[in-house]
Amino acid sequence: MTTQAPPLLRVNRVSKWFGEIVGCRNVSFDLHPGEILGVVGESGSGKTTLLRCLSGKLEPTSGGAEFLSKRHGPVDIFQLGEQDRRRLQREEWGFVHQNPRDGLRMRVSGGANVAEPLMNLGGRHYGQMRRATTDWLERVELDISRVDHKPRNFSGGMQQRIQIARNLIHQPRLVFMDEPTGGLDVSVQARLLDLLRELVRDLQLSAIIVTHDMGVARLMADRLLVMKNGDVVETGLTDQVLDDAQHPYTQLLVSSVLQL
Amino acid sequence: MTKKLDRPMIKVEGLTKRFTLHQHGGARIGVFGGLDLEVKKGECVVLAGASGMGKSTLIRCVYGNYLTSGGSVKILHDGAEVDLAGATPQTILDIRRRTMGYVSQFLRVIPRVSTLQLVMEPLLENGVSAEEAEARARAMLASLKLPEAHWSLPPATFSGGEQQRVNIARSFVREYPILLLDEPTASLDAANRAIVVDLIKAALAKGSAMIGIFHDESVREAAATRFFEIESYKTAA
Amino acid sequence: MSVQPTAQAELTAPLYNFAYLDEQTKRMIRRTILKAIAIPGYQVPFGSREMPVPYGWGTGGIQVTASIIGRSDVFKCIDQGADDTTNAVSIRRFFAKIAEVAVTESTAEATIIQTRHRIPEKDLQEGQVMVFQVPQPEPLRGLEPRETETRAMHAYEEYGLQYVSLYESVSAYRRIAATASYPVIVDERYLMSPSPIPKFDNPKLHMSPALMLFGAGREKRIYAVPPYTRVRSLDFEDYPFETQRWDDVCALCGAEESYLDEVVLDDQGNRMFVCSDSNHCGERRAEGHVGPMVDHALAGATS
Repeated sequence: MTTQAPPLLRVNRVSKWFGEIVGCRNVSFDLHPGEILGVVGESGSGKTTLLRCLSGKLEPTSGGAEFLSKRHGPVDIFQLGEQDRRRLQREEWGFVHQNPRDGLRMRVSGGANVAEPLMNLGGRHYGQMRRATTDWLERVELDISRVDHKPRNFSGGMQQRIQIARNLIHQPRLVFMDEPTGGLDVSVQARLLDLLRELVRDLQLSAIIVTHDMGVARLMADRLLVMKNGDVVETGLTDQVLDDAQHPYTQLLVSSVLQL
Repeated sequence: MTKKLDRPMIKVEGLTKRFTLHQHGGARIGVFGGLDLEVKKGECVVLAGASGMGKSTLIRCVYGNYLTSGGSVKILHDGAEVDLAGATPQTILDIRRRTMGYVSQFLRVIPRVSTLQLVMEPLLENGVSAEEAEARARAMLASLKLPEAHWSLPPATFSGGEQQRVNIARSFVREYPILLLDEPTASLDAANRAIVVDLIKAALAKGSAMIGIFHDESVREAAATRFFEIESYKTAA
Repeated sequence: MSVQPTAQAELTAPLYNFAYLDEQTKRMIRRTILKAIAIPGYQVPFGSREMPVPYGWGTGGIQVTASIIGRSDVFKCIDQGADDTTNAVSIRRFFAKIAEVAVTESTAEATIIQTRHRIPEKDLQEGQVMVFQVPQPEPLRGLEPRETETRAMHAYEEYGLQYVSLYESVSAYRRIAATASYPVIVDERYLMSPSPIPKFDNPKLHMSPALMLFGAGREKRIYAVPPYTRVRSLDFEDYPFETQRWDDVCALCGAEESYLDEVVLDDQGNRMFVCSDSNHCGERRAEGHVGPMVDHALAGATS
């Protein structure tokens, strides 16, 4: 009998309405430690709304999400007070934005951006934090001689690497990613995805990745949620959903992918 | 009464598979229906039948890559019978990681992962130390006669035959209780095919259960402990 | 030396309420001050009024002083440590006129000391009140422009961001380079900007017998450090807080322990260092202390 670790996140019928417009509706799933869940769909599918709800940035209209927190034990993240939720975001989660400008402080150096989570956690020794920062910059394959440069002096792909380092340095258990390679050149995308994949596996992170790119989904995700107009229309193992899609919409999505 | 030792590793009962193509007006394509198959330890069941009869489809159903339209697929995992239809995704992933391996003729190429790393992965995922994983991966690649200069390169630029050998290395570097082989020797020359046959036989001797599709007749004959004729289960829709 | 109010004050008094502000405004500001004292270091919003000087010229300090000053008070006003600079003189005369209070340049004699960017050298006593003029009360504003965010940070004690600015400083200059407005933690709870006083003065805030009030007129905030409150300047374990030091002594009075201003004397690169606290320097010279340039022409300008 396989013993399985309890789910890290249990999402139960999360819905978000904007007045009469549905953002996402009745989304439920479990996420286990070390698992990567891909949420795919086109614009307006509700995937980003769902991600924002689950990462505590947006309050859902109804539903719950129980997270196995190190600090609190199992806790419904929507029942937490704002202080606790913010702490959760800082200490146990990461959020990689599509646009690095949304996930970085552009007016401070790359190094300071990466060190900030350590300072949030109470780091007070400059030398130690700087070493940790340079280690991480190396890990995301950035030139450490540029550690004091501001993000605006880096290319988009490099800014994204800084953002990734900033979101992993504090060893979160769950990382949310919103189109982490959207908007980047194809070759840059490929290398970044590869790096992400490697890091997620090395650190045994759980991740929820929102993407409209099926190639990204196939590469990164163990499981998929396919969303359309706010609803989850299909879910299953990534290879099963992509190779043997059941729902008409999923079949449409898969067939639309250009085969090179 | 089947003794515990005799329980089949793979038990397919009444398996039915059809595809519904919603992009084409909901056209239904039947593949097979009511298919029964049991595979025990040490058996290599080779699927026989013309192309298009559903051999690959059957293997993919056993792997969980395709959903079933009816019937059941049961896998012996950690001493218990698991019905894939009712299993959680985590369970199926666990089965694939530890119990059931799958070799196809296509190698999923990931941009920057080296050949050596690819072959090490199944071992690392199962808790083998990096040093041991590397040693075993090297041995496997060497036995498949892949030039050492290529081991540090990602396989994207390799020839079809080389990619296939990487695939095989990946699947045989670790002892899987179940192995599904879908044309694993399609692009290999005779010498390499023979090496693969040896690997298969060695694994069978250790008790692996296999389902295989082999394009090459000599490999078929050498590897099979018995044949399974799939045509009789063909359905229209 | 104190100056008594003149007959001039009697003529103008009927045109303005005592200390310029109307009584309701004073009550509002006093309530704000009470709340600020009750929560040391916490910025309390208040309804900042139009004052006879524009924003950026000390309206916050003037409003705080105007709300607490009484006829028996003795008022001192300094700007960058000196009683005789233009703005210090103007504000001192303002209160002399509309509050009919005695004014002084002596730190020891004053009951209320309004200041821009310095704390006097002389130790303060119980019963004295320092009123600081503050341009930007929010220490995190430079890094976090959103008021909604900074309020949440203070409420939830999320001060990691302040350390980011210290980190930047060390990575750029190999030390924490901030020399003024050096951030402090008050009573181990609230992060506070001590106003643009030099970091040299930060230690004077810690466990002081005096009441420290901070007024920001443009930003409409008042905050306070009650007497005998812990005030700690932020630093890293491996880059501890240090105050400024000079190689020179005061050219006029020879002081070794006071904050020195640098005065450029000519185009040949000659300069002198003089106590920023004019009252402190004058008193020392009156006591007979001499510095290396005591005969310099500038010596006569301060008294």
